[in-house]
Amino acid sequence: MSAPPLEISHVTMRFGGLKALVDFSLTMQPGELVGLIGPNGAGKTTAFNAVTGVYTPTEGDVLVAGERVNGLRPHDICVKGVARTFQNIRLFRQLTALDNVRIACHAGATSGFFDSLFLTARHRREEAHILRRAEEYLAVMGLAHRRDEISRNLPYGEQRRLEIARALATGPKVLCLDEPAAGMNAAEKLELLALIRSIRDRFGIAILVIEHDMRVVMGVSERMLVLDHGITIAHGKPEEIRRNPKVIEAYLGDAYLEEKHIAVPVEGQAR
Amino acid sequence: MSSARAVFRSVLPFLVGAPILALLQPVMPADYAIILVSVGVNVVLATSLNVVNGFTGQFSLGHAGFMAVGAYTAAKITVGLSGVQLILLPEAVSNQLVFAIALLAAMITAAIAGVLVGMPSLRLRGDYLAIVTLGFGEIIRSVIENMKFLGQATGLSGLPARTNLVWVGMSAIATVVMARRLAVSTQGRALFAIREDEVAAEAMGVDTTGFKVRAFVISAAYAGLAGALISHAILLATPRMFTFIRSIEVVVMVVLGGLGSITGSVISAIVLTISLEALREFQAYRMVVYAALLIALMLLRPQGLFGTRELWDLPLFRRLTRNRLAAAGPAGASPAEVRDDSTGPKGVA
Repeated sequence: MSAPPLEISHVTMRFGGLKALVDFSLTMQPGELVGLIGPNGAGKTTAFNAVTGVYTPTEGDVLVAGERVNGLRPHDICVKGVARTFQNIRLFRQLTALDNVRIACHAGATSGFFDSLFLTARHRREEAHILRRAEEYLAVMGLAHRRDEISRNLPYGEQRRLEIARALATGPKVLCLDEPAAGMNAAEKLELLALIRSIRDRFGIAILVIEHDMRVVMGVSERMLVLDHGITIAHGKPEEIRRNPKVIEAYLGDAYLEEKHIAVPVEGQAR
Repeated sequence: MSSARAVFRSVLPFLVGAPILALLQPVMPADYAIILVSVGVNVVLATSLNVVNGFTGQFSLGHAGFMAVGAYTAAKITVGLSGVQLILLPEAVSNQLVFAIALLAAMITAAIAGVLVGMPSLRLRGDYLAIVTLGFGEIIRSVIENMKFLGQATGLSGLPARTNLVWVGMSAIATVVMARRLAVSTQGRALFAIREDEVAAEAMGVDTTGFKVRAFVISAAYAGLAGALISHAILLATPRMFTFIRSIEVVVMVVLGGLGSITGSVISAIVLTISLEALREFQAYRMVVYAALLIALMLLRPQGLFGTRELWDLPLFRRLTRNRLAAAGPAGASPAEVRDDSTGPKGVA
């Protein structure tokens, strides 16, 4: 049995006196879909950042396919096999959908500046290969017809899908999706989650999803992790999570406070 | 595409350019020739700076410093080897060969300077990077000013007249071809990714620091080439030729043409150089004109004349090509088909 694609062990993330994430552990198997939930400010995105190298964990280890990656730069971690999307879409806005995906398709590319300057055989072979792969990923995400469209002109839902296509193109073992369904209506969310599941089945990769909408994330994931104030308060199957009193308290408690003071409609309960 | 065709396409711009320039060289009056040389040098400068400022989105103000490195390197070589005749070669050929070596050496030393400047400064971005590169440019100049070996403030004079239209034209073509091929390659797309969103580029596996340094080094090498060419045209290399005003001139060309647009850089380099020559009597107002131009540009067209697009992406140009294609074949072609990013340096030859 080979090492799991992602193993996070006892990761703590401290910013000065603030503990954003405390003793966070998670092991993912290939083809597993894990949901990461929690109220605002619970440390979900911090966990992503610690895994993908935006931050270096203060304590603990992140292992990708058995290899320790904490301390590496994000691009190195990406090459090791962790890809991500962003909560607020971060496409290469002025480039076409195709170029967005092509940028991510450099795995195994060895041709350098002089190859492209002199149009060497290696350069042409790799460019052709990259083009073919990028088109495949666009097709998988149902974006083939948008190939030459400037990405900032795409409708919102398609921008989200393009971000996933781009992340997939890096050839990841683990795909981290940061609120892929944010800003979508219920029907769009279900459609997207069906798509995410089909990606998982097709590529056999482990997928970690941050999602606010409890109902959606419960429907799609095999396992869930609940964070509150950086602490993992629950970990288990969706049905167990639903009944877990700590989770209910974290959500309802916060929701109650938020409603009282700033009147933010809380996702998850409202729908 | 077969290998033979690729090789042919690689050298095609040069095959077309060389004889034209060679024919032009003897018939061109000297005062026009020097203007053309200056146009060509500015095309090299603007296009190469565009790789950093336009493609990669990093604001460098140190281009003149790299020019100086190239100019002095080449000058030292051509002056040092001026009496030397390479064995078995006629003098003219030997001289040209020495100049070719000098140009190559200029590119290499400028590239090395690019590494030295780029490594520490490219950790910064935006205004900070601009200030640091400006500082490095000035450091290079004041180092030269204080080195006896390099002639201090008076510089090196008595350089052999080696720069001609062929050398300048070939260099300009080489720079444009380089920029174009870079723009449609994996490396170029990585640079665009850095410009668009550095965090996302990093997350998609683009080594942002590495690519920034690479862009910087490539750009510096071509600036060195430009410096070598201009110094062998005016037969002089002095620190005063490479002040930060020179850097600003190049930045104006790039910004005016549109950051990221190769054709924009080329066209604005040509137009600006020629119009400044035409307005030579008003030399004193040069910087005023630059300032006014930039202010007008910021107000009227902040993205530059071409934005990030190329000439053939513009609606007018597309309409022209579409008409031509429609006339050629009954099927015609849509703009999307006309635009073919995977091909070589269309329109630059």
